[in-house]
Amino acid sequence: MSKPLKQIHLAAHFPGVNNTTVWTDPASGSQIDFSSFAHLARTAERAKFDFLFLAEGLRLREQNNQIYDLDVVGRPDTFTVLSALAAVTDKLGLAGTINSTFNEPYDVARQFASLDHLSAGRAAWNVVTSWDEFTGQNFRRGGYLAQEDRYERARQFLAATWELFDSWQGDEIVADKESGTFLKNPAPGRFDHHVSQFDISGHFDVPRSPQGRPVIFQAGDSEEGREFAAAGADAIFTRHGTLEDGRAFYADVKRRLARYGRSPDDLKILPGVTYVLGDTDAEARERADVVRHQQVSGQTAIKFLEQLWNRDLSSYDPDGPLPAIDPLVGENTVARGRASVRMHRDPLATAAQWRALAEEKKLSIRELIIEVTGRQSFIGSPATVADALDEFVQTDAGDGFILVPHLVPGGLDEFADTVVPLLQERGVFRTEYEGDTLRDHLGLGELRAGDADRRAAS
Amino acid sequence: MPRSPSALHLAVALDGAGWHPAAWREPAARPGELFTARYWADLVTEAEQGLLDLVTIEDALSLQSTDLDGLDGRTDQVRGRLDAVLIAARIAPLTRHIGLVPTTVVTHTEPFHVSKAIATVDFVSGGRAGVRVKVSGRGDEAAHFGRRTVPRLRVDELDTPAGRAALKELFDEAADYVEVLRRLWDSWEDDAEIRDAATGRFIDREKLHYIDFEGDRFSVKGPSITPRPPQGQPIVSALAHRTEPFRLVARSADLGFVTPRDTAHATEIVTEIREAQTAAGRADETVHVFGDLVVFIDDDPAAAADRKAALDERAGAPYTSDARVFTGTPAQLADLLQDLQQAGLTGFRLRPGTLPHDLTAITRGLVPELQRRGAFRTEYRADTLRGLLGLTRPVNRYADV
Repeated sequence: MSKPLKQIHLAAHFPGVNNTTVWTDPASGSQIDFSSFAHLARTAERAKFDFLFLAEGLRLREQNNQIYDLDVVGRPDTFTVLSALAAVTDKLGLAGTINSTFNEPYDVARQFASLDHLSAGRAAWNVVTSWDEFTGQNFRRGGYLAQEDRYERARQFLAATWELFDSWQGDEIVADKESGTFLKNPAPGRFDHHVSQFDISGHFDVPRSPQGRPVIFQAGDSEEGREFAAAGADAIFTRHGTLEDGRAFYADVKRRLARYGRSPDDLKILPGVTYVLGDTDAEARERADVVRHQQVSGQTAIKFLEQLWNRDLSSYDPDGPLPAIDPLVGENTVARGRASVRMHRDPLATAAQWRALAEEKKLSIRELIIEVTGRQSFIGSPATVADALDEFVQTDAGDGFILVPHLVPGGLDEFADTVVPLLQERGVFRTEYEGDTLRDHLGLGELRAGDADRRAAS
Repeated sequence: MPRSPSALHLAVALDGAGWHPAAWREPAARPGELFTARYWADLVTEAEQGLLDLVTIEDALSLQSTDLDGLDGRTDQVRGRLDAVLIAARIAPLTRHIGLVPTTVVTHTEPFHVSKAIATVDFVSGGRAGVRVKVSGRGDEAAHFGRRTVPRLRVDELDTPAGRAALKELFDEAADYVEVLRRLWDSWEDDAEIRDAATGRFIDREKLHYIDFEGDRFSVKGPSITPRPPQGQPIVSALAHRTEPFRLVARSADLGFVTPRDTAHATEIVTEIREAQTAAGRADETVHVFGDLVVFIDDDPAAAADRKAALDERAGAPYTSDARVFTGTPAQLADLLQDLQQAGLTGFRLRPGTLPHDLTAITRGLVPELQRRGAFRTEYRADTLRGLLGLTRPVNRYADV
């Protein structure tokens, strides 16, 4: 007897503030007008996607002490634009990145609980930490937190917000006009949280939201990140987009769940992937090559190389060979406010790998950067892409995907019109929403009573 | 500055089931829906049908209470609310003309976050956003954040030297906060996005600016992550009852809400604000001063008074407010507003005693009455809140620097 087919989860990322978006394309619209966000969200909902995802950044990136100007710069506030999107969609989950370094639990909890009420149960939170003092210059606290404390603060932050989300029972609003009883409990929302990062107590002022709390996402791949996710997240936003990497990551993370009393289905693994479609595989490959060259101009390639080399390389020819000099080791002083800076943990080793790759394939700087910065991409005809996505999920390399289109606002249209119907024909993707909340879409089931106990024990 | 009678502006202040603590028990009240989007959408849509300039949405960082510094343990009044900025954002795509002015507590929040949030409401609404800044001197709110203590102040201590000093500190911080909001909104010039394919540049970085704000309480580097919003700068407003907040209105706001007892008191308030405005070097700028009133409106004056009395009885005490409490007919209210307007008030913010009853009495009773008198617009003639309020779009302070 064959195994039942796994259902694929699909989400869309609004691309911006990086070089994913091809803003030079004539079809590229505004990156900031609400109409762009509304279009992408409506397309995702028309295609029955699980959710729309927004990233966040809290300081404009800089390179060589200047604001980075080659990619999309500028984006809206996460909470606010998600709340507005709740007005133009009915079922689509609304997920946003909110950092735990330059926010306070009370404020974040009331905004997420409010968003969950205002969207009737569709809110999700991608918990991240901010990485530098550079970002802290925009906030009251400044750059006060050592790097090693950030995960601890994130963990404590999540625990504190969890306590706030759980502080109201679901049935405390009575609102009985006749008896004059509005509230069951004269002092609802009681919380008391005293740990190294937080010394807070009082009463939360937002009643329990439709999902109880937002769906919790975690991004990232470090050992701490995997453990953090296994302990409390509902989904992981990962970059492991290849079959082999994906299966290894999937097996590792799902194995960790048991030690927290959770089942493998309690945590969904969703790699962020790009795609390029064409009528034929050959046409899609041609389009993909054009897109990659639009995303990585010669100047962009030099800027990427500078982020690893930690030096000004503006005199180098992007169509020429890699610099003969080595990267400067130590704190990266060239690029600031950019996640990729953190990925270069051993710049000399990475540079050696890149050199070897460039030599082997005879790549210029630009060609090399195109090669090494591409994330997993599904390229081909709709049938080819549908096959590949399905295989990926059925072979446990992931539970679904966060798709990153390269055009705003229409970048999801073709996928919705051509690939989604093929997945539906195979019986691996919903044709209608079966529930109303994001927890329903992700198959996460009801929140368990154990949440409150886990809190009490922590 | 003389103004024509037709320039009267009208706002409505939304809070829970209405401003009377027993409002939620009225037959038409929807107390079980206070935490739904539909409830707020219905109210704001009604206000827009009445051609009002704007709605404000109340907020705080603690549960409502009759006690100024903690819970009162009551179970017979509305408790709990949703974040006002997110309510404004949720309603923005469902409306077209009306201004949306959520309340934000500035004592415990980050100006960087609030700046981009209000800018985003402005983008989502096509230029109809504002913000009402509010300070918090409550000890329970401070404990919710655990980062600072605030001096515990009773109302009768506000006029002591210690009280004034504490208020000054809170309102000076609020002024800094507003300065940061405005600088961040200006930190992108309007034409900063260039999309210059020839040079590969998406923005002209010369048109983005560090704000380099340094204050006693905080510093902010900038620029914003969000481009300059449609209005350039959304409307900044504050509620003011005494000298310190009057100064905040005069030096920092576009719109102040005040609580005159009568016309003579209104004259005093307006004079004090205008003098402070001159002292702040803003004599040439339009700063609106709206009078706040709590209103119970029925076609028969006795019906309105009886309705309030019945609500008082249910609440167990006569309702009083910082603002004057009006009961009467639309025509009587129109008379009162036109009388108060003589003192130099530029508009009014009406706090409906009950929702939706007193809101619909405003939109369907008061507004037609004012229109008959030629004292209120008969159609929306602007698409932005600045346009409705007769305010120009500010020049960017950093342009040509």
